[in-house]
Amino acid sequence: MKKITILTLALAVLSGGAFAAGDAAPLPHQHWHFSGYKGTYDQAAMQRGLKVYREVCSACHSLDLVSFRNFEALGYDEAQVKNIAAEYTVIDGPDDDGEMFERPARPSDRFPSPYANKKAAVAANGAFPPDLSLITKARHHGPDYVYALLTGYGPAEHGVEVPEGKYYNKYFAGHVISMAPPLMDGQVSYEDGSPETLEQYAYDIVNFLTWAADPYMEERKRTGIKVILFLLAFAGVMFAYKKKIWADQH
Amino acid sequence: MGSGNREKFDNPVVEWVDSRLPVFTLLKAEYGVFPTPKNFNYFWNFGAIAMVMLITMILTGIFLAMSYNPSTAGAFESVERIMRDVNGGWLLRYMHANGASFFFIAVYIHIFRGMYYGSYKQPREILWILGVVIFLLMMATAFMGYVLPWGQMSYWGATVITNLFSAVPVVGDAIVTLLWGGFSVDNPTLNRFFALHYLMPFVIFAVVFLHVWALHVTGSNNPTGVEPKTKKDTLPFHPYYTIKDSFGVLLFLALYSAFVFFAPDSLGHPDNYIPADPLVTPAHIVPEWYFLPFYAMLRAITFPVGIPFTDIVFIEAKLGGVLVMFGSIALLFALPFLDKHPIRSARYRPLFRPAIILFLLNFIFLGYVGSQSADATLFGLPLSIFGLAATAVYYGFFIVLIPLLNKYEEGRELPPSIHESVLEAQQKSKAPEAA
Amino acid sequence: MATKKTTKSAKSDSRRDFLALTAASFGAVGAGSVAWPFINSMNPAKDTLALSTTEVNLTPIQVGQSITVMWRGKPVFIRRRTEKEIAEARDVDTSKLIDPQSDEERVQNPEWLVLVGVCTHLGCVPSGQKVGESRGEYDGWFCPCHGSHYDTSGRIRKGPAPKNLAVPSYEFLNDNTTLKIG
Repeated sequence: MKKITILTLALAVLSGGAFAAGDAAPLPHQHWHFSGYKGTYDQAAMQRGLKVYREVCSACHSLDLVSFRNFEALGYDEAQVKNIAAEYTVIDGPDDDGEMFERPARPSDRFPSPYANKKAAVAANGAFPPDLSLITKARHHGPDYVYALLTGYGPAEHGVEVPEGKYYNKYFAGHVISMAPPLMDGQVSYEDGSPETLEQYAYDIVNFLTWAADPYMEERKRTGIKVILFLLAFAGVMFAYKKKIWADQH
Repeated sequence: MGSGNREKFDNPVVEWVDSRLPVFTLLKAEYGVFPTPKNFNYFWNFGAIAMVMLITMILTGIFLAMSYNPSTAGAFESVERIMRDVNGGWLLRYMHANGASFFFIAVYIHIFRGMYYGSYKQPREILWILGVVIFLLMMATAFMGYVLPWGQMSYWGATVITNLFSAVPVVGDAIVTLLWGGFSVDNPTLNRFFALHYLMPFVIFAVVFLHVWALHVTGSNNPTGVEPKTKKDTLPFHPYYTIKDSFGVLLFLALYSAFVFFAPDSLGHPDNYIPADPLVTPAHIVPEWYFLPFYAMLRAITFPVGIPFTDIVFIEAKLGGVLVMFGSIALLFALPFLDKHPIRSARYRPLFRPAIILFLLNFIFLGYVGSQSADATLFGLPLSIFGLAATAVYYGFFIVLIPLLNKYEEGRELPPSIHESVLEAQQKSKAPEAA
Repeated sequence: MATKKTTKSAKSDSRRDFLALTAASFGAVGAGSVAWPFINSMNPAKDTLALSTTEVNLTPIQVGQSITVMWRGKPVFIRRRTEKEIAEARDVDTSKLIDPQSDEERVQNPEWLVLVGVCTHLGCVPSGQKVGESRGEYDGWFCPCHGSHYDTSGRIRKGPAPKNLAVPSYEFLNDNTTLKIG
């Protein structure tokens, strides 16, 4: 058992060691509703986050791996999901004449991308706006990183030269980022009375994107508690059985 | 395995089968009454644990393969489809991804146990060598498996590791082109890696069979390193060790589950959630943790080897690194022939014991070095110096220290038998209670 | 002394049996719960289930014409039946059929017959959709694999197939110009 502890520690040191920081500022740690072994998603925050994504982020960033039908996990019912989907247009086809055609999206469709392909996205933005479906998994400490990045804009520090059309961000590796500050106070209106501030927007979008990257987190943790308790109970029985059997040998 | 001494079974069906194909006799002989030293500690659980992990990997792998698409266009998305749409797919994939790590944890502990207690020594050399073969096959399998999700780390890991072979003089580039099936890591590479990744576990399974066969010829080593002499020294494998192994397996599975369910991505690298991009190399590429010590040895050689003060170079730095890395595994193969000391267990070798613990710490340190970026520093010195030193310690353990110990180390007095050592240990533990 | 020893070992045996039984039950429950996710992973995935509707524009289809569309990876036959075909389908003593069903039960609108185009015998696609293909002895469809004859309501009339061609769930949308299957 001691060996296992040592091993786990060694692993932790190794994997921690692998996360060598670049030159970006250390990430401030936020408190998230979904962290911890019992953490769950905050549905209200996810719904607001979806609104922020639809009104702001989706202008440049795709969400390729998420389908409209998935939004039922945010607390919407089937009809609401249908309505959200119907607000978007997707390209389908070919039809009987061999032509591609546009139609309103259905729940089974993926969220449409703002650009036809990667090159079009680069051409329009000067850099590739990454797909956001997995962004919180694809960065070290993803949720904290996305929050920090969205709130980390400001005047250039430490003599960093920011070229025309680029922006200074404390938490971005190299500090010079192509994305203009995407969010500011009051930009997206909330119906539930939540504060319409940059921090709140950032918090909400992180909730939404963390769900998008890891939609089964709640089920995973729930299952995990059951599995581990079962295994420990089973191990306890085995230990008693083992002691019983070995009793005549000691 | 022959039809020699067959016992009669009471169950008529079992008897019917066994008289035609004596599998039950075999099972009974090898896993039922098989005489096993009675003084195993919990280190001896890891063989069974590794076996359970191998089976877990094969099962999860087969079911994942049913939903996986081995093409550069579809691989990343099919993995995400497994994570999002396939029923319970996230569980299968997280079990498989973390299972690789926990398989290696079990095997590393198993290997270290073998080294500590001298399990590789005569007459168990072939048993040990088969074990190292399994370890090598596991590394190849794990490497190819890591390529399959076709994320950034998959792609660049595949590129870097296949490029190792370009260090081979004369035919290096031809070998690399052959491995790739093209001019870079691409669709043909992914396709063949999938085919081989599916095949290799069954090869491993076959070698495990040989490994267990060899074990059952010589019988197990034990913490004293003294061979069983009388019936008093051993116990039937069942129920004593079947139950004890089950207990150990369950505890190990609980730890494994903690990772699968609560930190499933902590042993992976975030960059592998970015689809492979042949135009952008990630800022800091690292292999999976279980390769880090060997990766550190690969990177330790940053200089060519030749005649000093001349331009004559025998071995380029690139080839040097590759040779040192593969050499480190070759040394494991050679271990039974390097260590000729008559005492097996480190328990009775006052010098070997600290040496093997130092070797372990050095190996973990190599892992740390491997995890850091190439230009990292430690105590103000470039880390590559530490990497080189630790590599020297690794090699020194095998080719300097062990031969020296063969000659000069005097062992402690061995217990007359396993039974005696168990009795002595019991008396010792009871003594404080009496007092 | 001897009796004491026996009772002790008997007691110890029962405790041992109890532990063995508990361990075995844990093992059985564990094995069962582990097996399920593996097997269930082979069931249709969520994206597959979500895609299970198809919409078809009916306007270009003439009376007497048939079209074939894909639904859940299978062909669906849509036939705009002629008066003669409807009459044939209705003029049948249903009690004599292999799989008794009236035509009224099988259509929402007599003009439109919608069928899953998979023979209920062993899964081949019956012929009869295209002009000139064999429609069998009952003017409907004929399965070339093992010779099943279907009538103009898609009912099995002759041959080895045990059931009528299946009718998928469908609805007419937009004033009967669009058919939504599934």
